[in-house]
Parts: sequence; C-alpha cells; structure tokens
Amino acid sequence: MSDRPRPTPRPAPHPGPDSPSTPAATATATARPASASGALVYAPAPESRAVVSLRPAYGLFIDGEFTEPGEQTMTTVNPADEEALAEVATATEADLDRAVAAARRAFDGVWSRTSPSERGKYLYRISRIIQDRARELAVLESLDNGKPIKETRDVDIPLAAAHFFYYAGWADKLPFALPGVPAPRPLGVAAQVIPWNFPLLMLAWKIAPALAAGNTVVLKPAETTPLTALVFAEICQEAGLPPGVVNIVTGAGATGRALVAHPGVDKVAFTGSTGVGREIARTVAGTRKRVTLELGGKGANIVYADAALDQAVEGIVTGIFFNQGHVCCAGSRLLVQESVAEEVLHRLKERMARLRLGDPLDKNTDIGAVNSSAQLARIQDLARTGREEGGEEWSPSCELPSRGYWFAPTVFTGITQAHRIAREEIFGPVLSVLTFRTPQEAVEKANNTPYGLSAGIWSEKGSRVLWTADRLRAGVIWANTFNKFDPASPFGGYRESGYGREGGRHGLEAYLNG
Amino acid sequence: MPDTATPAPAPLSPAGGNAALRALLDGLPGVDEAGVHARVADLATRSVKTTAKAHAIDLAIRMVDLTTLEGADTPGKVRALCAKALLPDPADRTVPPVAAVCVYPDLVPVAARALGSTPVGIASVATSFPAGRAPLEAKLLDTRYAVAGGATEIDMVIDRGAFLAGDHRKVYDEIVAVKEACARPDGPPAHLKVILETGELASYDDVRRASWLAMYAGADFIKTSTGKVAPAATPAVTLIMLQAVRDFRAATGRQVGVKPAGGIRTTKDALRNLVMVNETVGPDWLDPRWFRFGASSLLNDLLMQRAKLTTGTYPGPDYYSAD
Repeated sequence: MSDRPRPTPRPAPHPGPDSPSTPAATATATARPASASGALVYAPAPESRAVVSLRPAYGLFIDGEFTEPGEQTMTTVNPADEEALAEVATATEADLDRAVAAARRAFDGVWSRTSPSERGKYLYRISRIIQDRARELAVLESLDNGKPIKETRDVDIPLAAAHFFYYAGWADKLPFALPGVPAPRPLGVAAQVIPWNFPLLMLAWKIAPALAAGNTVVLKPAETTPLTALVFAEICQEAGLPPGVVNIVTGAGATGRALVAHPGVDKVAFTGSTGVGREIARTVAGTRKRVTLELGGKGANIVYADAALDQAVEGIVTGIFFNQGHVCCAGSRLLVQESVAEEVLHRLKERMARLRLGDPLDKNTDIGAVNSSAQLARIQDLARTGREEGGEEWSPSCELPSRGYWFAPTVFTGITQAHRIAREEIFGPVLSVLTFRTPQEAVEKANNTPYGLSAGIWSEKGSRVLWTADRLRAGVIWANTFNKFDPASPFGGYRESGYGREGGRHGLEAYLNG
Repeated sequence: MPDTATPAPAPLSPAGGNAALRALLDGLPGVDEAGVHARVADLATRSVKTTAKAHAIDLAIRMVDLTTLEGADTPGKVRALCAKALLPDPADRTVPPVAAVCVYPDLVPVAARALGSTPVGIASVATSFPAGRAPLEAKLLDTRYAVAGGATEIDMVIDRGAFLAGDHRKVYDEIVAVKEACARPDGPPAHLKVILETGELASYDDVRRASWLAMYAGADFIKTSTGKVAPAATPAVTLIMLQAVRDFRAATGRQVGVKPAGGIRTTKDALRNLVMVNETVGPDWLDPRWFRFGASSLLNDLLMQRAKLTTGTYPGPDYYSAD
C-alpha cells in the first residue's frame, strides 16, 4: 500500500493555541488583518431544572411499589457543584431476597405467561413514556451524572427510548431470534448491574432485551447515578407493568456483589470495570447462571495519512471527549500515521481549543463534570503518571469551575506502548497519541492490549479500511466515524473487554435458552 | 512540511498544465460526507440567545450583500435597494448599514449614483452570470464594464463545465484574467469574489478543490452559489469552504473571505452560519471584510428579530419594505 504523493497544498501548522506567539505577533509576517468584531460570545443558555421534581429520599422499587427509604441510605450529589440531590436507600441482603422473590413470582405467575405481543405492548408503552418525559430525564441525567445536557438530550435519552422500541418489536418474533431454535425460552430472573457513565441508556440495554425475551429483572444502578433508574421505576408503574417484572435496588458495591451471588437469579449481566467483571466471573463459576460481561477498553483510533483529516479530527474528539471520556469504548489511543502526525495534532489542538467546558445544563457545553471525586482522583493520578513517565501533556486554556469535579480535555504526546497511560483504561478525557509508519505497525500497536472492545479506522481508501478491520481484535470497529450506537447493532468485546453481545438480534441470545 | 513563514507560493506557471494542477488539488485531504453532515448538525445545536443574539444580528446585518438579480430589475428597484442598504430600518436608526448591494452590471451606475461615497459597497455579478457560458472576451468585457460603472466588487462565476471536465487550467486562467480586469486606473481594484456554484459540482471533494483553485488564482472571496441553482449555500458546503480558507491561510499566509449565497433566509440560518465561522476559522473572519451573506429576504427577517429583541414585540413583515 503506497501513499499518494501529496504535494504542496498541505496546510502547514501555523502557530496554534499551544504556541506562545499571538495572532497579533504573527500579523506582521503575514497580511493577516485584525478582527474588528471579535469572537462570538455565546450568552449562558441553561436548560431549566424546573422539569425535574425530586423527592428528598427514595426507597427501593420492589414488586411494583417503592419501599420506605429505611435506615441505611446514601447521598447522591451533582458532580458539577457537589450539591446533594437526594437520599437513596442502600439495599440489604433481606431487601435483595424480597426483590428476587418478587421477580421470581412475576416470572412464574405473570410474565412468562403473558403473550409475546402483550409483552411487546408494554415495551412500546415504556418507550413512549420515556419520549414523553425525555426533557425531564435528560435534565435529571445531566444533574446526577455531570454530563452535558446536549448529550443526554441528543444521545442518552433518545437511544434509551430507541432500545425499548427496537426490542418491543422482537417480543413476538423470538422464533426468529436464534438460528435453528424455533421455540426459545426465557431464562428466568436476571440480575443486572450497570455503570454510572450512561445510567438510563445502560438500563435500557439491559432491561429491554430481558423483558422482550420474557425474563424478569432485578437491576442495580450505579451508586453515584441512581436517579434516572428510580424515575424509570415510576415509568414502569405509569405503564402498568405487572408488579415484580422490574425491580430496582440501589446501593454500592456490596449490594451488587450480593445480587450477583444471589442463588435465586438465573442470569447475570454486568457492565463496568474489568476488575469487578473478573470477580463476578469467579462468583458465578460453577453455578447454573448465565453471564454476560461488558468491561473496559483501551480503544485505538487509527488515522491513516489518506484520511479525510477534518472529519478524522472530529472523530478523534468524539472518540475521547464524548461524555468526558467516560466511555468503555472510547478511542483513548490515537494511532496516527507519522507523515500526518504533526498536522493532525495541530488541527486537533485547534479543535480542542473550541471545546466548551462548564455548566452541564448549559446547552452550549461540550465537556461536563467528571462523575465523582473518586474518578477524578484516578484520572489525576494517571495523568501524573503520564507526566512522570515523560509524556508531554497539553490542554487548551480553560478555566475549571471552583466547585465540583472537573478535568480539562488533555492530550499526551511522546507516548509509547510501554507507557502506563497508553495501556491502562483512564476513563477520562485524556488522549494518548502514538504514531506509526506502516499499516502493519498500526495493527500491531492497536492489538497490543489485553482489551478488545472498540477501534476506529480513518482512511479514504476502502481497501485499506477493510484490510485493517480484518486484522483488528475488537468487538466494535468504526470506519470513518466513532462512538455511533444503534439498537440494531450488536455491541461487546473480546478478551478482557468481556463476553456476550448487547443490542441487535445478538442481544437476545443472552436472555434466551435454546 | 512547509513552515509557518513560507510565503505564498509563486503563481502557478502558465506552462504548468492540467496534470500539475490536478496533482496539486488531488493532494488535498478528502472530505467525508457523513462526517461533514454530523459536524454541521452538531454546530446547529449551539444556542445563541439574548446579548449574544443581539450582537450576532447586528454583525449579520453588516455582512449582508443585499441582492437583486432578476431580469425584471429596474432602476427604481435598485434605488430602493440602495436606500434600504444604507438605512435598513427607517424606524430605527441604530441599525447598521449592510456591506454592499449586489446587482447586474447594467444597473451598477444606478447604484453608484444612489450610494455615492457611502461605505456601502457595490457588487456586480459579471462574466455572463449565472451560467458563465460565454467566450472569455465577453466575460472580461462584462467585468470591465461593471468596474468602469463603479463596481467595487465583482462576483464572477467559474466555468463549471471546464472544471468538471478536468480542465482546471482553463478555470484558473479565467479567474486570473478576470482578476486583471478588476483593475481600475483611478483607484484600488474591485474585490473579486469567485462563485463556485457548488450545486453543480459533483462532490464535497470538488467543492474543496474548486475553493483552492480559486484561491490560488487570486480570489479575494470564494462564494458558494449564484442563487439560481438549487441547492445553493448549504451549511455543509459553507463549512467545507471555511475549512479551505483556514487551511489556505495556514499554507500561504493570505486570508480569503467566504460568501454563502442563496437559500439563507432566516435569522436562524444566519446565526448558524456565524457559529460555523466562529468555531471553524475563528474571530478573524467574523467581519464583513471576510464573511458575507448573499441574500435578499434575509435582511427583513434580521430586522424583525432585532426589533423583537429591542422592543419585545415582533413586528409583522408589512412593516418592512418588500424590496
């Protein structure tokens, strides 16, 4: 594969945002005029919080009813200002027994006997209520998670509704879900544990296929982001879903461990860190429980010299700065072909200088708050390691709010495969940049990781894209785009990124017996 | 890789043929259509409200090339247009004048008399607008006629047939020749805006190539469309042209303006364009010297939205002159 020679019009890097020289200083060298008008300053455009009415305290949602919050509670805070949002119950083992028992009763008595088309109707109803309450859910998700409203409004909530719509359609078509299996049966009670990065969306990924296939569920949302799951419980009530089909239990790691280990569950579905995933795999080993795990990643985003560079830069930004980099399939390693590395970095830095960090509820915010102080500490620690290992750190100048958990979008150059920040999942807005010379080298570097969740390929040459995709060990490979999700498309990883697929027809396999 | 201080490359040698030009233009990075559309959609979610909106509306008014390009144009209509260009809202003298009026060459003297020595420019379409299907001699005559009549800006069309057939040399040479015809013995040359007519170009790659070709040939502005072909100034095309002028300046040091024209009718359209300018090329281009809107009905919508912001009530269209 040879590269076309690219003659002169390649734009040269002029002093970028990282350069000490100001536009005024360079104006003498070029005929660059000073601007008479100045930048367009966007006035604050905050989305109203008034659409959200939170209760001061939430109990558990078991058997169609909310319990009293009880003695043991935890506080969920707004990571953008550290204000408390609500008290949430911590489920005890006794609570889990009741929740699993309710799910079992609902499975045996109601849900497995409900006709498939009736199950589909409930799912359709749930999707419509999610759409009806989309603004409320978007604001609440942003408050509880710290992610920008433009993402909850345009991605999280619409996709969550889309997943229910998609699986609603499957409910009465299960005979076509598994090849060679004309009458698949549901598994029973599913224990589902989800992360804090896409709270409602991960709930939808878990609950929609489970219910469509005829299972009942006990779901534990993440400790720091329980609120949209609790509003989802209200939505189940509003939809008239039979009691016990969906149970929501809140709590921290101990609650999750106990739920996964509970002898009354038939299926465990987990999305989260590889460390916890290993622990779950050990817990369920030797039991009858089926397991799917969607774990960490260290996705490679490969930019070839013949890529559409402006769009590749957008893809790099989407790959690592979407959702503050709290994305298991983030493109956290940029592999850029050496001949365009300087130019791509220059364009990337200019683009990053236009990212707007701040109030997550402002409609013009691109980068919101990090979800928790613990996560912030981990990002800061890994960034420090990157500096200590000799990586060159760069961030655009941006003022971080004084309260809340914030981390500026950051790029590390001078990084090799041997550096810790190029190997470990950071789960934050930190990009490690590596270069390569040949496609073989790109593939070797991309695959040199224990993970295998996602990868991106940027090239205008179709044969090169296919050649590369064939050789990458990753569950999801995007070509000339990144972080695109659709309910019809299966998602999942290789190796330490977990096993099983969610989404699409494949997502049903995890909830059906052949 | 050329470094920052590299001066503009010497004008392409007339001896260089199509092959050299094609190699130059084909060396540009490609444009991914889906990616451009995604970026445009993302930028369209920017919320420009209250004080930001007031500032942006005034800026947009100052960027308008108030245009009438109809066969039925009359001297009276052009005089009305000029009056409106100078004082867009007679009921509110704080409204700034627009950048220029844009008329056919035969009506340039009318505009020149109406505008005199005011800061409002006189743009004229020339070179057998809008199809450009005439011999070069006719195009040059058209241009000289408009310049002699008082045009301060010439909006020329490229020969799309030649461009699509791969005869980049012809397109280039025509632009160079028209640029020479913009010279004025008694003053500064007319500014040359080169209309790419993006609605007739085959792909976004060609939009980028035509942009660079026009800039290499000496265009002061690159302009999307004549307004006579649909689609005209789509946000995607404007974004690609903004990226082109940004990269051209980085490569050569010369700043070139951008003029989307045709199809921009509402304040919302205009604000979305300004957001694209702001976030693609930055404040250096947020000025009527470097960004223009070719439009006719846009101005009234800007005036109505401005009145809504200043008075709190939205006046009906009947309060504004239709021409």
